Amino acid sequence: MTVAWAVQSGSAVDTLRPPSAGKAVRDVVVVTRRNLIRMVRIPEVLILSLVQPIVFVLLFAYLFAGSFSLPGAGGPEAYREYMMAGFFAQTIAFATASNSSVGMANDLRSGMVDRFRSLPMTRGALLTGRTVADLAQNVVLVAVMVGCALIVGWRIHNGLPRAAAAFALLLLMGYALSWVGVLIGLSVRAPEAAATGNFLWLFPLTFLSNAFVAPSTLPAPLRWAAEWNPLSATVQAARELFGNPGVHASNAWPAQHAATVSLVWSIVIALVCRTLAVRRYRSAA
Amino acid sequence: MPGAIHAEGLVKTYGQLRALDGIDLTVPEGSVLGLLGPNGAGKTTTVRVLTTLVRPDAGTATVAGHDVVRAPDRVRRSIGLSGQFAAVDDRLTGRENLRMIGELYGLRARPARQRADELLTQFDLTSSADRSSGTYSGGMRRRLDLACALVVRPSVMFLDEPSVGLDPTSRLMLWDAIDRLVGAGTTLLLTTQYLEEADRLAQDIAVVDHGRIIAQGTPHELKTQTSRQQVEVIVERGEQIDGTASLLSRFSLRPPEVDRTRSLVSAPVDGGVSLLTEVIGALAGAGIEISDISLRRPTLDEVFVALTDPALAGRSEHAMVSAGASSEKG
Repeated sequence: MTVAWAVQSGSAVDTLRPPSAGKAVRDVVVVTRRNLIRMVRIPEVLILSLVQPIVFVLLFAYLFAGSFSLPGAGGPEAYREYMMAGFFAQTIAFATASNSSVGMANDLRSGMVDRFRSLPMTRGALLTGRTVADLAQNVVLVAVMVGCALIVGWRIHNGLPRAAAAFALLLLMGYALSWVGVLIGLSVRAPEAAATGNFLWLFPLTFLSNAFVAPSTLPAPLRWAAEWNPLSATVQAARELFGNPGVHASNAWPAQHAATVSLVWSIVIALVCRTLAVRRYRSAA
Repeated sequence: MPGAIHAEGLVKTYGQLRALDGIDLTVPEGSVLGLLGPNGAGKTTTVRVLTTLVRPDAGTATVAGHDVVRAPDRVRRSIGLSGQFAAVDDRLTGRENLRMIGELYGLRARPARQRADELLTQFDLTSSADRSSGTYSGGMRRRLDLACALVVRPSVMFLDEPSVGLDPTSRLMLWDAIDRLVGAGTTLLLTTQYLEEADRLAQDIAVVDHGRIIAQGTPHELKTQTSRQQVEVIVERGEQIDGTASLLSRFSLRPPEVDRTRSLVSAPVDGGVSLLTEVIGALAGAGIEISDISLRRPTLDEVFVALTDPALAGRSEHAMVSAGASSEKG
């Protein structure tokens, strides 16, 4: 069937190669590069998604830490270390969800999705390219947040390899949430709706968790929700791996197997949302 | 070979709306079909089906020999799409846009870069090649959009309302580019609301309304098929206008129309230049001084109105629709 890929005579263009695994990877690379270029050309987005968490970290570290107490842990210093894993997770969740959902909704509205769908691209490459670019941005965000964390007194106590594992779990959860964002972006009619809609699930996801409070202090139904919240498992696992205080604040099963639960949640969320998103993308009209 | 584009009985419904209600089309290889119709007639939906963006509810279509539903990837490899709904990335430069699209078609980095350079030169965009396309003027943007559709020298091109919002100069440049493309053997399907554009670019025109093709033919055929010629006389002296009208009614198929502000009498007639000579003789014999006389075929605009809105056409008596015209050909 090589004839089918041949195009009319030309100097630069001789043949188009048939679809293959290599083409699939290259499509993702091309789309990722495009999204990263856009990111660099609109640095406000990255900068603003950093300013807010930094302000919050400073507020929590110096304003609220004194009034928050952790069952079985120390005073404000302990809380400052405790809260940072929560801030890492929250920063990633907010940035990634708004990037991917607003980015997809923009592409849909501007006609870029139509352009891409009329090209012989691998199915889903546009969406995967979006999530990979978000992952790259999350790495930058985490790096800046670590600097901020070190300033307020947060430390790594269990060595770099474990810390690296903690960051990997956080980034993986971010990657999964990026697929949630893609699905939302493809499902709404306007980028504004995507931006507003995100708050409906991001606030419960990040606050009804162990990110900033110990679930054991909550009434039963809320405690159950906070314990099984995917973000709680990730935050808990990160705290354990960093060796931050407050680790033993919960006896819940997910908290006892935090790393595994976090991993499973991330994979399930990513797979389910990816499947739904690719289906939506194919039929997007 | 059933033609570079061949569609039979395409149907697409959105809820209650039948956007396409049985579209049949054939575009022979190397020719240009203009798809003409009012807003919401189904032009864009037709293009979206043929470019694999939308699956039809019923009917079949092949583009460059490939079925749009069963082999969409083959179709995508053979087509270029440009128009109101397929965008360029506003944050990427012109060069980056073209390279990205080349690579997504499956070109390696180097050939994609070479092809981008060729196209930038061809479309006179070299000096702005490294600026974000968001800073481009409407005409430059449209040229870049057209270049994007040409990255792999497609055998079939779709242009959806290519010159919407362009100033006259940009439109002429665009038409030139399209001419060169067609000259090189590309099959083209073009949608437009500008009848002048269809008249200028397309060998064949299909008029779409309510999701159906209501007339098809060359611009000339459409003009002669759907309405007749008119004799238009502008009299020198306003007081002779009524005399002119009654004289013209001897030749006219219906009572002539009188436009006093322009001193214009127009009468639908059935006959050619010899009739015009007769009219001139009769006017001279009656001592009527005229400043202008012409035998005018209907414009495509009038044909369009006659076909898509017979009621409006009847009221203004600009064009007559023969009863059969709306069920013609199809």
